Amino acid sequence: MGMTLTEKILARHAGLDRVEPGQIINAKVDLVLANELSAAVAIGVMRNIKGADRVFDNEKIALVEDHFVPAKDAQSAKLAKLMKDFAGEQNIKHFFDVGRGGIEHVVLPEEGLVAPGELIVGGDSHTCTYGAFGAFATGMGSTDIAAAFVLGEVWLRVPPSIKIVYNGTPGEMVFAKDIMLKTVGTLGIDGATYRAIEYHGTTVDDLSITGRITMANMAIEAGAKNGIFHADEKTIAYVKERTNRDFLVERADADAMYERIVEIDVASLEPQVACPHTPDNVHPISEVTNETIPVDQVFIGSCTNGYIEDLRIVAKILDGKRISPNLRVIVNPGSQKVWMQAAQEGILTILASAGCVVNTPGCGACFGGHMGTLGDGERCISTTNRNYVGRMGSPKAEVYLGSPATCAASALTGVITDPRTLAAVGV
Amino acid sequence: MRGNAHKYGKNVDTDVIIPGKYCNIIDAAELGKHALEGLDAEYTSRMKTGDIIVADTNFGCGSSREVAPIAIKGSGTSAVIAKSFARIFYRNALNIGLPIFEAPEAVDGIESGDEIEIDPPSGTIRNLTKGTSYKSAAFPPFMQSLIEAGGLQPYVEKRLAERAKV
Repeated sequence: MGMTLTEKILARHAGLDRVEPGQIINAKVDLVLANELSAAVAIGVMRNIKGADRVFDNEKIALVEDHFVPAKDAQSAKLAKLMKDFAGEQNIKHFFDVGRGGIEHVVLPEEGLVAPGELIVGGDSHTCTYGAFGAFATGMGSTDIAAAFVLGEVWLRVPPSIKIVYNGTPGEMVFAKDIMLKTVGTLGIDGATYRAIEYHGTTVDDLSITGRITMANMAIEAGAKNGIFHADEKTIAYVKERTNRDFLVERADADAMYERIVEIDVASLEPQVACPHTPDNVHPISEVTNETIPVDQVFIGSCTNGYIEDLRIVAKILDGKRISPNLRVIVNPGSQKVWMQAAQEGILTILASAGCVVNTPGCGACFGGHMGTLGDGERCISTTNRNYVGRMGSPKAEVYLGSPATCAASALTGVITDPRTLAAVGV
Repeated sequence: MRGNAHKYGKNVDTDVIIPGKYCNIIDAAELGKHALEGLDAEYTSRMKTGDIIVADTNFGCGSSREVAPIAIKGSGTSAVIAKSFARIFYRNALNIGLPIFEAPEAVDGIESGDEIEIDPPSGTIRNLTKGTSYKSAAFPPFMQSLIEAGGLQPYVEKRLAERAKV
């Protein structure tokens, strides 16, 4: 019996010929990630481990300031400083301060720190994003991250894999975000708990790297341990532009065992929206717009949709227009590099001229941290990945999730809007 | 382990267990003041030390924030019984020493306010109010050995000592 892509990567990192779902392994890690929140707790744990004075490899740890930065308050500044001091003390090579990084999951691929076949663990649930590159990547809590800092290995239970096959060409205004919302809606928020998702099909073969990032990012929204794509020429070209490191491109065996195979027809798919208050409460936009749903805030950004491709779509829709006077639009380019690219392409000017505020890169608004927090009774449509009660601020606020196009269309009209109707509103 | 049950539904996510705005706090007692705030703002004022959270499936879904189980523990809650747990929360709870029990039948047989007694070594959950008794699912052997060793920290220390010998 063959192995899935996840099983192959795990077996190699555990020094085994093969692994089976359910098996507990000790696997070597290629990279350990933390942000200032997860690192602060992890550093505290590491200080208590006897004999653990140094990290296992100062070149295989990435520390990114992104959640409450630029520091929201003195307490947040304390955590940011704690991580910065630790990076200095341990001579951590990949430390990204404000202005030199951005959102961790946007930064790591940009910096060539993620390659096919690698095993990456991170103190953030959206670490699964790197599955877009054919890596095994999973989120963990701070104690596990502290252990990985010190040992350079983690214990893992090999997950069974769910194969999802996407076929068909996406229709007008249907993007990777819509395809992934449909996937989360189909599986349910615990539909892939303890499992790996392996993405297949002609639709995903045709997707850009950014599209695959958006989809891998939200694997956790179905509870998955990881979500993984096969690396192809696009992946290899992207990675080789950014690193000289050797990496191994592997494929799932033809006779690999999958727990389930799910097929999703993309050709018939409309733009999708996740309604409050769970990311699997997903409906086609035509159902959602049956009623008029005014919004107070539109948010564009995050590790799901804060990439240059996303901002280009938004800029194309808002170019020469003004956003609805009834709402505010907050845009967070995902990283300093995305911000600079958007500046060079004139995107930031288009967005600001339309009435959007363009913030510094960071996670703040997405998780109700700062710089875009919702108040009681407010409603937001957002390109982010979660819409649980209180996710973006008040527990009495509502969050809808959609693609950058759906969010931009809604910004123009002030109500949740099908981007396919933009012609009717003069775009 | 003995306390009154506070019962909740499915998919209690980490955003309601400890809202994002508190995630820059590291002190367990301080975090504990806000435990479950997004779901039940009165939980911490109503509960007494030793009380037990009882919930349906997928408890702790969402983010990897370790402050979620830390907040629950910091509030004085003695344990969480659920039909199932989300993956990262499960690891985090074991790692920080928040006792968790997977016991679907017990969840169905417990109502808010019932007095519950848990015997952790045997996994026996008794509903003293209703006079019923349940057994929680056993931890997989590797996790049981981690728990018996006192958590992940002693495990890491042991691995480091083994390496030092080589």
